[in-house]
Amino acid sequence: MDFALTEDQVALRDTVRELLAAQCPPDVVRAAWPAGEPAALDGLWDALATMGVFGAAVPEEAGGLGLDETDLVPLLEEFGYAAVPLPVAETATVVAPLLAAAGDQRLPAVLSGATRVALAGADRLVPYGARADLVLVLTDTQARLVAPEPEPVLPTVDGSRALTRLSDATGELVTDDPELVSSARHRAELATSAQLVGLGRRMLDLTVEYVGQRRQFGVPIGSFQAVKHHLADALLRIEIAAPAVHAAGWALARRRPSRATDVSMAVVLASEAAQDVARAAIQCHGAIGYTVEYDLHLYAKRTWALAAGCDVDAHLDRLAGALDLKEEPA
Amino acid sequence: MELTDTPTEAAFRAEAREWLRASVPATPLPSGDTREGFARHVEWEKQLFAARWAAVSWPARYGGRDASLWEWLIFEEEYYAAGAPQRVTQNGIFLLAPTLFDFGTPAQQDLLLPRIAAAEDLWCQGWSEPEAGSDLAGITSRAVRDEAAGGWRLTGQKTWTTRGAFCTHLFGLFRTDPAAQRHRGLTYFLVPLDTPGVTVRGFGRLDGDEGFAEVFLNDVFVSDSAVLGGVNEGWRVAMATTGSERGLTLRSPGRFLSAADRLVELARSRRLSPRSRDRVVRSWINAQAYQLFTLRQVSELLAGRQPGARSSLNKLFWSELDIDLHATALDLLGPAAELDGPWSRGFLFALSGPIYAGTNEIQRNIVAERVLGLPRA
Ligand SMILES: Cc1cc2nc3c(=O)[nH]c(=O)nc-3n(C[C@H](O)[C@H](O)[C@H](O)COP(=O)(O)OP(=O)(O)OC[C@H]3O[C@@H](n4cnc5c(N)ncnc54)[C@H](O)[C@@H]3O)c2cc1C
Repeated sequence: MDFALTEDQVALRDTVRELLAAQCPPDVVRAAWPAGEPAALDGLWDALATMGVFGAAVPEEAGGLGLDETDLVPLLEEFGYAAVPLPVAETATVVAPLLAAAGDQRLPAVLSGATRVALAGADRLVPYGARADLVLVLTDTQARLVAPEPEPVLPTVDGSRALTRLSDATGELVTDDPELVSSARHRAELATSAQLVGLGRRMLDLTVEYVGQRRQFGVPIGSFQAVKHHLADALLRIEIAAPAVHAAGWALARRRPSRATDVSMAVVLASEAAQDVARAAIQCHGAIGYTVEYDLHLYAKRTWALAAGCDVDAHLDRLAGALDLKEEPA
Repeated sequence: MELTDTPTEAAFRAEAREWLRASVPATPLPSGDTREGFARHVEWEKQLFAARWAAVSWPARYGGRDASLWEWLIFEEEYYAAGAPQRVTQNGIFLLAPTLFDFGTPAQQDLLLPRIAAAEDLWCQGWSEPEAGSDLAGITSRAVRDEAAGGWRLTGQKTWTTRGAFCTHLFGLFRTDPAAQRHRGLTYFLVPLDTPGVTVRGFGRLDGDEGFAEVFLNDVFVSDSAVLGGVNEGWRVAMATTGSERGLTLRSPGRFLSAADRLVELARSRRLSPRSRDRVVRSWINAQAYQLFTLRQVSELLAGRQPGARSSLNKLFWSELDIDLHATALDLLGPAAELDGPWSRGFLFALSGPIYAGTNEIQRNIVAERVLGLPRA
């Protein structure tokens, strides 16, 4: 038994953390919003490509770093922490490993960052669809690469997502190997939950800093017990979800028989934790947390956007099925 | 990262499972919080000790197996999965002993640890007083130096003392420096309850069992060897014990995993409304999540990072989880939930989780101030 991060995992995570602190501060997330200057994102994309992040979970023979889902989770948390406004998590976790496993010749261009692939979610909504060269669509049985339809960009809660919708998901078949497709879907779920953990940490960090400085009644508001209890609960939610997400990554990497339910657990815990942290964070900020001028909203809105695609009901169904629980006929 | 047993761990698990299968009483013992049930539980503890399962992580010379923390967790998991009896030695083995290992003199360790493991000495905790609950530093029970006799004279009252009416010894805090304020001037004492001047009165908890006691001390003499840690150092020593109580040692994930399994078993035997189905799934998820949280914590601990104030996170989570598991079961039972039974009794006991070992409000204060670094009021 050993559930510690290895030295290598810590080192890689810290490198990515530093890169994102420099290349993806709140200003860069803002640049991805409709009124922003999206060219500001190119440097971030290139830096991540250069670091090899896109090929993190691609075998070394195929030009990647040869890591697995266990190694990815700490990186995914960082992508969430920074609210990276590009399909970085999707590329590293889903697109590149799938293309590698399917022997697709577009892999090198994806790893180098030359081809930017977005991942379609539920209802054919495509986060970052307006900024992608291709869209990967996962159905129950197939993975297909489809031309993006960059217009119109849909108005959405998180304006940094450049969200579009596919009307035609035909495109080109990448694979119909059920194993590859189901792994890709699980990895997508893992990516979402790990990012939600990171987002939770970011919102909590922002709030802890704020309540230590803001003064009312002559004292920092962080000294009020009501504020303390909100934030203690927020920390607990994150600290409980995070190991479950990491364990789900391990279960995928090891192809454990329980991996589907492990991932479902991770999704339920992380999405609900992050949403609760968002509420606590906004509440503890007061009105400043309710503006678009202060940074908190960038992370709260990403949280809601990711959580919206989580389909917690489906995961509870999956878990209930695995536990062999019977519902009464309606 | 490896979330399955190593071959050594698997062998340890198999041995524990086999012994428990053969040894756990087929019918549950009466509650250990009654006089008769307590005696039966002590017999069981002696059986555990004889087979060296009483304190697996302790050194062999004190009756343990030098087991790793992982193996200890494995034992706990198997123990609760086997439906084995509640541990009436828990205060001695899981709370006092870790403090003795850290602060005891070699003489205290050699004298007390084997008797704790063997269930010869049965310890209760003497922190709370009528006027000092959450505000533990407000205790007034005092110890006055008796230079001539080479010891201390204790006077005062402790209360809410779990199983105090059945135990043989009490550990707790007494004020040794009347001039010192609050956390200063307290000393940690080890008191045999058969010492002249001690009176114990048991009384009923919420479930009616005589699980609580008041302990009155009137000029009770104890020798210098009854001091654990330094004189006037009691607060620091006591915090080590309460850290164990909040954290891992008292409430390992095993008991909640087994409760979650029993809950799922109960749920499988009936047709569930969508609402109760989701409740069961969520309770089960939380039990698994607590286990993963503790596995992460043990890994950190083995890497040299002490949980410290983070043990308050454990306490917040397991206490709420325990209520949730039992409330969900009662929900499934419907009208039968009113009847006396393991779930309704378990529910009553679970309700005390957010109160004992420092209330959850106090734990949230600790997390906010000492983990998140928020300013004190
Ligand atoms: C089942 C059970 C077993 C126990 N066993 C033992 C034992 O063996 N030995 C022993 O010494 N004690 C024992 N206790 C006592 C336990 O430690 C105390 O009950 C606990 O510390 C709370 O103290 P209190 O009951 O006096 O409540 P109080 O301190 O009076 O608290 C009452 C309420 O006020 C809240 N409150 C108090 N102060 C604050 C604050 N600063 N901020 C926010 N809220 C606050 C509390 O959270 C609680 O909700 C046991 C209790 C129970 C229920």
